[in-house]
Amino acid sequence: MSSGVGLLSIVTFLPLVGVFAILLLCRGTGEDAIRNARMAALWTSLATFAVSLFLWFRFDEGTAEFQFVEHVEWLTEFNIAYRMGIDGISLFFVLLSTFLTPICILSSWTAIQVRVKEYMIAFLALETLMVGMFCALDLVVFYIFFEGVLIPMFLIIGVWGGARRIYAAFKFFLFTLLGSVLMLLALLAVYLEVGSTGIVEVLAYSFAPDLQIWLWLAFFASFAVKIPMWPVHTWLPDAHVEAPTAGSVILAGVLLKMGGYGFLRFSLPMFPEASEFFTPLIFVLSCVAVVYTSLVALAQEDMKKLIAYSSVAHMGFVTIGIFTATNQGIAGAIFQMLSHGIVSAALFLCVGVVYDRLHTREIARYGGLVHRMPAYAAVFMVFTLASVGLPGTSGFVGEFLVLLGAFEVNTWVCFLAATGVILGAAYMLYLYRRVIFGKLERVELQAMLDLNPREIAVFVPLVVLVLWMGIYPSSFLDPIQTSVQNLVDQHQAAMHAMGETAAVAAKGH
Amino acid sequence: MDMTFAPAVPEIVLACLAMGLLMAGVFGLERSRTVSWLSVVSLVITILLVLVGGTDRVVSLGGLFVTGAFAVYVKVLVLLGSALAIVMSLTFNEREALDRFEFPIMVLFATVGMLMMVSANDLIALYLGLELQSLSLYVLAAFRRDTLRSSEAGMKYFVLGALSSGMLLYGCSMIYGFVGATGFDAIAAAVGNGGEPSLGLVVGLVFLLAGLCFKVSAAPFHMWTPDVYEGAPTPVTALFSVAPKIAALALFVRVLMEPFGDLADKWQQIIVVVAILSMAVGAFTAIVQENIKRLMAYSSIGHIGYALVGVATGTEEGVRAVLIYLAIYLFMNVGVFACILAMRRNGNAVENISDLAGFSNSRPLIAGIFAALMFSMAGIPPLAGFFGKFYVFMAAVNAGLIALAVFGVLASVVGCYYYLRIVKVMYFDEAGEDMDRPLPSEIGFVAGLSAVVIVFFVVVPWTITDFAGGAASTLFAG
Repeated sequence: MSSGVGLLSIVTFLPLVGVFAILLLCRGTGEDAIRNARMAALWTSLATFAVSLFLWFRFDEGTAEFQFVEHVEWLTEFNIAYRMGIDGISLFFVLLSTFLTPICILSSWTAIQVRVKEYMIAFLALETLMVGMFCALDLVVFYIFFEGVLIPMFLIIGVWGGARRIYAAFKFFLFTLLGSVLMLLALLAVYLEVGSTGIVEVLAYSFAPDLQIWLWLAFFASFAVKIPMWPVHTWLPDAHVEAPTAGSVILAGVLLKMGGYGFLRFSLPMFPEASEFFTPLIFVLSCVAVVYTSLVALAQEDMKKLIAYSSVAHMGFVTIGIFTATNQGIAGAIFQMLSHGIVSAALFLCVGVVYDRLHTREIARYGGLVHRMPAYAAVFMVFTLASVGLPGTSGFVGEFLVLLGAFEVNTWVCFLAATGVILGAAYMLYLYRRVIFGKLERVELQAMLDLNPREIAVFVPLVVLVLWMGIYPSSFLDPIQTSVQNLVDQHQAAMHAMGETAAVAAKGH
Repeated sequence: MDMTFAPAVPEIVLACLAMGLLMAGVFGLERSRTVSWLSVVSLVITILLVLVGGTDRVVSLGGLFVTGAFAVYVKVLVLLGSALAIVMSLTFNEREALDRFEFPIMVLFATVGMLMMVSANDLIALYLGLELQSLSLYVLAAFRRDTLRSSEAGMKYFVLGALSSGMLLYGCSMIYGFVGATGFDAIAAAVGNGGEPSLGLVVGLVFLLAGLCFKVSAAPFHMWTPDVYEGAPTPVTALFSVAPKIAALALFVRVLMEPFGDLADKWQQIIVVVAILSMAVGAFTAIVQENIKRLMAYSSIGHIGYALVGVATGTEEGVRAVLIYLAIYLFMNVGVFACILAMRRNGNAVENISDLAGFSNSRPLIAGIFAALMFSMAGIPPLAGFFGKFYVFMAAVNAGLIALAVFGVLASVVGCYYYLRIVKVMYFDEAGEDMDRPLPSEIGFVAGLSAVVIVFFVVVPWTITDFAGGAASTLFAG
């Protein structure tokens, strides 16, 4: 195990350098200071992204071990250390975070006019916390990053949000906190059981089955709220609707994935027997989420709310995929999370584009935009179809793999999830038709301008990625594969062991 | 019996300096600011003397007085708290025409009492220290004697404080009656001889605990706290919220761990209930407060509840957690009160939470510090407040007090709401009238100091935790 500080710490803490630069250098409230703050934030986040690409280039696909491992002594008396490292599961979440942050900053260039410095600081701090969370190889370090995210996000929603921002910010904060504190106790229990908070050590430990049940439930409380699963998803539509565009982007793009990542990193491998025990519960909740929230999405009048509900439905696929505990299901879930991270982020950006011009998100206020904004219509179409899961876009690969995995395990789950795909097509295409097509009748829409160069710069990388992930998914699936296979093997070994114990116990009687 | 005075030199020196300053104040030293700074210097000298004294456990003065790593740790915190409270009072007292030289001197006498409490190794010494502290604090609470609220605060504090002292004394006499000794070592020997403890001893312990709960303002003995906090001048409230709390809690810990350590199964249930009640009162009652000092009163009740979770474990790990909690609590609280002292409009101090509207626009730096302190109080990582709770809950889970820990974290989520409300008023609400400028430099210094501590604790936690670990181990050495 290597020690000291390396690439992961640089990626994690580079944004904080930007924070200090803004704090120290961008004095005053003049136009210059604001422009400097924007530039500093953009360049810092781009530099972070550039550095994070090295993680991908130097990533060894052949091993399921953690890579780029760092170890710095911290709370030595508890054997809690600053441990960092990534494997195939976390690699792309790190990249997703570093990729979306500059896009968020660029998309807020003109939309945010008050407290610009604080806004940029909040986003850079958020990036540090997100990246750190995905890299953490220590339970306590993980928890610090995981919960620290709440502070900047609370401020982003509350300060720069819409009319009901205060309600949304509090709901977001308290909902997620309530879940996380139970996880904190579970983390402490795990530590006291294992004697170390290193994730590697904990993964190698097998917990007693009845302890697993409690620990699993405590972790579930946190991740289910975060991802979010029905019925604890209600904070998400509020938070999405009230957050500024970039806030929604990062919320849908990265923050929801923390829940899915948590299931993959903790619940499934650490508590395999409890996971097996609770799989029916997960399947039921996920199927309800997929079908119910899709129907709810169909009835929405607010664009952001519609996309928010679609997120809940898509995350339902993710949880199904994870708990199939099959290679296809888990790989599909990860891919679905990455794809959703890009696509829903892009959809929120699409909403932001028209919101910046008309300052309403009500679907009925739009219509016929294709006549005035052809480029916008084209971009929006790509992401709509990706969200629907059209082959050739990123959305298809994840959904297909998840359905494949689900089919192996339970055909009914597969069937219900598949209805979600159909409903997804219905609400997305319905949204697209109402906003883009039809006659351009409203006077205020006549003056709408098409995408400006800055917006094009925001969307081009997203379009490229969506198509790349859809057409040649191997670039992304290959690095994932070894770690996923390892996870599945471990899980099956644990199941096998459990079966043998049960057989022995049965013989004993 | 060792009768040497050497271990008590810090207390003696501080008492002498306080009396010297009193004389100086009476005979000529007009400026209260000079007396205040000299008092701060006295406290700093005492800190140095305490640190020089060494951390070995020494019992002296005929068994009345004990020092050791635990006492040194807590005394440093108490002295720091008192010194920072005096520093914060400087400009406030001048503006409010409270700048009489008696103010810092009363703080010094109270501090001597606190140091005595921390080092008490005998019920008599305990009571003497406690009363020296309390009497000085009663005066301080009523220091703004021309206003009704301050006089009321002092009066209320005095009456209820006397009641609790009475209970405490009654408990002491019962313990003495059933053990036949007042020294902690003798009590420990009597309790630890095996067999069922006599009922009278247990009843005496309950009374003693009730009196101590009053002093740390733990529910259900917390009634005085909000009124006194609100009525007393703000720097006095700042002092109340830190130094006496820390000293009384240290006394609490020492009494439970040393003389009554073998009765843990008896007192543990009491402490668990008190902790739960305190956390609940702190979390739920604070929600409806409009006055920020009242809010801080309920907040401190809640924090005492969390600290008592650590006490309830009865383990060395738990005591360590309490000590870490107290250090973090000290820095958070003085920071918050520095921010409250910065709330002045048109020459008057304002105390309503709604007055903070738009604070972040007019004073971005101090509002940022205030917000960070609020997140820290709420226990959100990576700020220091999280680690206070982390250590406490770790000890609780380790001691098998799972239900208590679950209740504690849930209460902390409820508590989060009112801390966030302050952030909300400062950052989300429409700007109100501007606050006065400029900020007195000493207030800025205290706020900045606390911000540095709570933000950078995560980077170098061992600066505090190592000392706390050493301090806790001395209580369990025997």
